[in-house]
Formats: sequence, C-alpha cells, structure tokens
Amino acid sequence: MPSQPIDQFARELSPETRASVYQSTKTTHEKRTKLLFDQFADPNRLRTLAGEIKQHAIENLDTLLPQVEARLTGNGAKVHWASTAQGACEAVLRIMQARGATKLVKAKTMVSEEIELAHFLEGHGIEALETDLGEFIVQIDHDHPSHIVRPIIHKNRREIARSFEREGLGAYDDDPGTITRRARHYLRHKYLAADVGLTGANFVSAESGRIVLVTNEGNSRFCLAATKCHIALVGIEKIVPRDRDLAVLLNLLGRSGTAQELTVYTEFIGGPKSAAQPDGPEEMHVIFVDNGRTEVLASECREILRCIRCGACLNVCPVYRQASGHAYRSVYPGPVGAVLSPLLAGERFPQLADLPKASSLCGACNEVCPVNIPIPDLLLRLRQRAKEENVPSPGTPPMGAWALLASQPTAWRAALAGGRLMNHVPTKLIPVPALQAWAAQRELPAWRGGEFRKWLRQRRSR
Amino acid sequence: MLNSERSPITGKRVQLMATCLCDAFYDDVAAATVEVLEHLGVEVGFPESQTCCGQPAFNGGDWAASRKVVRHTVRTFAGDEPVVVPSGSCAAMLFHGAVLEFERERDLPEVEALGRRTWELADFIVNGLGVSSWEGRFEATVAFHRSCHSRGTASGEAALTLLRSVPGLRIVEFGEGEQCCGFGGTFSVSFPNISAAMGTLKLEHVRAALPDVFVSADMSCLMHLGGLAAREGKPIRIRHLAQVLRDALKGGIRE
Repeated sequence: MPSQPIDQFARELSPETRASVYQSTKTTHEKRTKLLFDQFADPNRLRTLAGEIKQHAIENLDTLLPQVEARLTGNGAKVHWASTAQGACEAVLRIMQARGATKLVKAKTMVSEEIELAHFLEGHGIEALETDLGEFIVQIDHDHPSHIVRPIIHKNRREIARSFEREGLGAYDDDPGTITRRARHYLRHKYLAADVGLTGANFVSAESGRIVLVTNEGNSRFCLAATKCHIALVGIEKIVPRDRDLAVLLNLLGRSGTAQELTVYTEFIGGPKSAAQPDGPEEMHVIFVDNGRTEVLASECREILRCIRCGACLNVCPVYRQASGHAYRSVYPGPVGAVLSPLLAGERFPQLADLPKASSLCGACNEVCPVNIPIPDLLLRLRQRAKEENVPSPGTPPMGAWALLASQPTAWRAALAGGRLMNHVPTKLIPVPALQAWAAQRELPAWRGGEFRKWLRQRRSR
Repeated sequence: MLNSERSPITGKRVQLMATCLCDAFYDDVAAATVEVLEHLGVEVGFPESQTCCGQPAFNGGDWAASRKVVRHTVRTFAGDEPVVVPSGSCAAMLFHGAVLEFERERDLPEVEALGRRTWELADFIVNGLGVSSWEGRFEATVAFHRSCHSRGTASGEAALTLLRSVPGLRIVEFGEGEQCCGFGGTFSVSFPNISAAMGTLKLEHVRAALPDVFVSADMSCLMHLGGLAAREGKPIRIRHLAQVLRDALKGGIRE
C-alpha cells in the first residue's frame, strides 16, 4: 500500500530540519501551557469564551460587515471588497497606480501569502518587500513559509547566513544578532523609500472600526511611519463585534502563539492621520477579502473561521512536528491548514483532500486551540467529503468488506476463527496491503480470535 | 469529547463490549474486564452478536460503511443497561463519533441513547459505581499512557485514581505524556513512517522512566507500541488497566 504524500514527505525530510522544527514547536508548546495554567485559574473556560465570541462573529457577518464598513468610512478610511484572490491583488494595484506608487513595504500577513500578492505586484513592476525578518528571509530565498507564526522554522542560522552572503548583505556570519542587525540596516532604508505600507489585521472591531495589529519586531509600525498610504488586507473572518472582545482574544493570542503575555507591539489603528496628528499615512484603505470564506461559512466546517492564526495547533501536532510545514503544500499548514486549505481550494479540493488524513485524530490541536475549534471533527467531515466525492486515496484501506463482515455476526465469528491461519503463515506472505504496512515496522501479536468467547462460555457453564 | 448527558446507573448489570481487538488478539484483557467487574458485584452480560464499534470506517471517511456497523451495534446492545468498554477509543466512538456521523440520520436518537449509556471501564468503576480505591497488591513501577481518546473525558483521571490506590504500585511520569503514540487506526498503515516515528519517540520517553510495566486503557496504543518495541528487539511489558486490577487481586504481576 503506498503511503500518503505527507508521510512520504516526512520520510524524506532532512533530520536537521526535523530536529529544528521539533525543538522549536515543543519548547513553545510547553511554555504556552505553563504560562496559561500559571496565570489563569481555568484557561479552558477562557478558550471556550473566546470560541463563542468568534463563532458569534462569523455567524453574524451579514450585519457586522456593513457595520464595520460604516465605522471605517466614518473614521476616514476607504473600504474595498474583494471576493477573489485576483480581485484583492487588483485592488492593491489600483490603489498603488492611482498614487503613481512603485514601492511597497509589507508587514507579515497570511492573507497576502494566500492571494500571492508579492508575486502579482512584481509582475506589474512594483517592488513588494517583506519586512518581517522571517518573511524577508523567505522572500530572498524564493521559499515559502512553513509555519504561520514562524515562517522560517524549517531553516537554521547557517542557511540564513549563506543566503545573506549571497544577497550581498555581508560576509558569512551566522550570529543571530549580526543577521538581525544586517536585515534591520537594509530594511530601514527601504521603509524611507517606500510609497505604501501594507499590513494585515489580527482583528477588526465592528464597534469602533479599529484595526488591531500584533507583532514582535515593530516592522508594521515602520511600514506606516514614513509612507503616506496604508493598505490593510483583511480576511472577512477577522471581525469581532466589540472592542471589549479584544481583551479575551489578545490575552489568548500572545500566550497561545508565542508564549508571551502580550506581543511586543499591539497597535490599534483608528483611521488615517487626522489633522491634529503630525505624521502617519494620510490615506488608509481596508480591503476585505473573501476568497472562498463565504463557501467555508456555508459548509459544515465553518468553525475553522474562528481561527486567530496563533499556530498553537501546529506546535503541538505530532504530525506537523514530524513532517514540517511544506508537507502540506499550501499556505496554511498543520491541523488548521489540513482543514482550511482544502476548503479554500474550492474546485481544487481533490488536490488537497489528503491533508485531512494527516492526523491520528489525537485531539491535541483542539485541546490547545484558543478559540476551541473542534479540529478533529472537521478533519473527519472532510475525510467523509473526499470519500463522498470519490477522490482517489490510494493510501487508505478500503472499508466495504470490513463493514459487511462487522454487520453480520455469523461471518464475524467465522473470521475470528479463520484468522488463526495467520499464526501459521509468515506475515510477509499474506497479501493484505494494510497488514504489510503494519508489519513493515511492527510485530503483529498472535491471533487469538474467539478465545475470549470460549473462555466466557466455559466460565458461565461452571 | 465529554460524555456529558449520561444516563444514571441503575442496578448492577452491564453489557460488555469486548472490542474487536480483544476479540481477535487480546482475550485476556476482555477476561480481566469481566473478572474486575464481577469482583465489584456487577453482573456482566455479553451479547454474542457483537463485532466492532464502527470506528475504522468512520476515521477512514467511509461513513456509510461505518453507519452500517454502528446500526448493528445499536441493535446488539439494545436495552437500557450500561455498556462497558475496556477502551477509551471505542467508547468515544459510541458517544461522540457515531453521533457525528448520524447527525442527519433518522435513527440518531437511538445512537445517542446508546452513547449516553456507554462507559469506558475506568470511568465506569470510578464515576459510575463510585469506587475509587482498589485492593490486593501489585508490586511494580507503572508508566501510564493517557490514550488520546480520553482527552476531555473523566477516563484518564479515573484510571490514575485506581492505579494510585493499588498497594505496592508506583506511578512514574514520563516526558511529553500528552503526546499521541502514533497509532490512530488506519493512520498507522496509511502514514507508517510518521506513525512509527511518533511511537519511537513515545517509547524513548517511556523507557527513560524505567517502568516495570507500561499500562494504558486502550489496547490499540499498546499493540502499536508493543509491536514497535518488539521489532526493535527491545520488547516492553504492556498491560491493560483491567489486567493490572485483576492481577492485583491475585497477588501481583503475571507473565
């Protein structure tokens, strides 16, 4: 039986990459758990509450979206709606072109990865520079992020030092301090030369129209310091009803994602620069991106839209730890990605239908999720959808014969007795693919089918 | 995962669901379950037409096939007596998984009703019967694996309550106890490399704690880990919780 693509990817992953992914995720997960349980009497109640807030928000987008548009407009921002990735990219381009702008600095945003914005803009002669250190390294390497919070979790500092040397950012030096200093020096000039600063949004309050940005490097502030125009690219699921909901969500986001009480920078952006403010972008655009989210909302997996992109499920996931992020062949890896990526793929669902199978359904992801998404249930629903749509899955054992056997007690008892033959034949010679896959790594216990029933009958007849 | 709206226990008769793994490989675990329950004065019924809980097809995405098996199980375990299962995984299938796959089926109420009276063994003993200490003697250091299907249920804590109370028995903690062993049903054969890597890591942690016996409330985890350890040429002594409790009554560890 062929193993699944993610399993094959994991087998070929370099031990060095696996070790750095494992160490980093394990450490973050353990710190996260300690911090939450040290500081809150019952973190699970907090997770439940946060889940209810986000669930309420996504189920009321029909009223919250017009509300947030009115608030943002009232605050002086211009609101754009993009139903597709292409539409979102074009909206950015139009804003740039209207200003005659050619240089854009961008903070880390997963939705920009999702719509492949940088690639699109480069095709139109616009420089779109990543300013988050990890994303910057991904960009100069023409690589892809492998973790939603730590894009270069799969790289070590020696690889990064080589990349910097190649890009003319200084002679080989793998000291992290030096690497950071060099990136900072390079990026500072870029901030000053840029026309437009682009950010994502961790949350948008429908009550006030405030955009909340959470970072650790301060790069999103720099993106908005010298530029005259701010574009915020926002998935429609980022809306929360009230400002006070942020108290719950921000308390969980930093702790869950990076084991920090609060990230180093938390920005609340109310609109473009006002007359009373000496500087800041004089123009602010908010582009709300659907790109398949409405379809997800209409599906039986809508809970995944609660996700606040903390990465805790990636960190705890034993499969992610073994396979790393690129195994998932999509922007969102790990347990959340195994649900979200096939859903956002739309018609390309069959190409990613193996992702939901990459789980032992251990439930650790649900246990750490700050918005309590029942990820294992959603993985199961997607497995069922793949089966219903007849997506071929060569690595999954067929279940029809088993179901027939297990619903006919006489046949079942006969099989229990007949299975004994296995004890007398070398496992290698039994042509059952699932058995071979088992036995390649593990001994099979002796077949003792029916022995318990016999024991029980004897005990009862005594 | 919590089996929250459970029917109260009335009377002292239960139906045993032995699980397909015990039916095929681990008869002594099912026997130990009977002996443990009978020791507590519980009368144990065993519906002969039982087969499997339906989980393999459910996890594999073939819900139509799984529902066929669940319907058989619902018929087999008719009545209103508690159904006791020496497996957190099969129990969770009945009170959680089956309910999920029957969401749109007309016979959902019957499936839910079975779920409400289904108990994992340790949960039944401690929270159903109200028994929280065990007698006898079991001179051994035990590493206890909280199987993943006990997440969010009372089973893991119930098993530890019983084990801690056994005279002579010492529990040792091991690293990354909350991590999965890598079994995961069909996952173990469709993701053999990742599954084995997860199991190997679990074994390293367990061995480092130097237990005499490695105990779980699920034979599936133990079959995978025991099978890996045996293939490595470094077998470990695996026991189901029911075997430990039964052996304690008989004076201790048995080979």
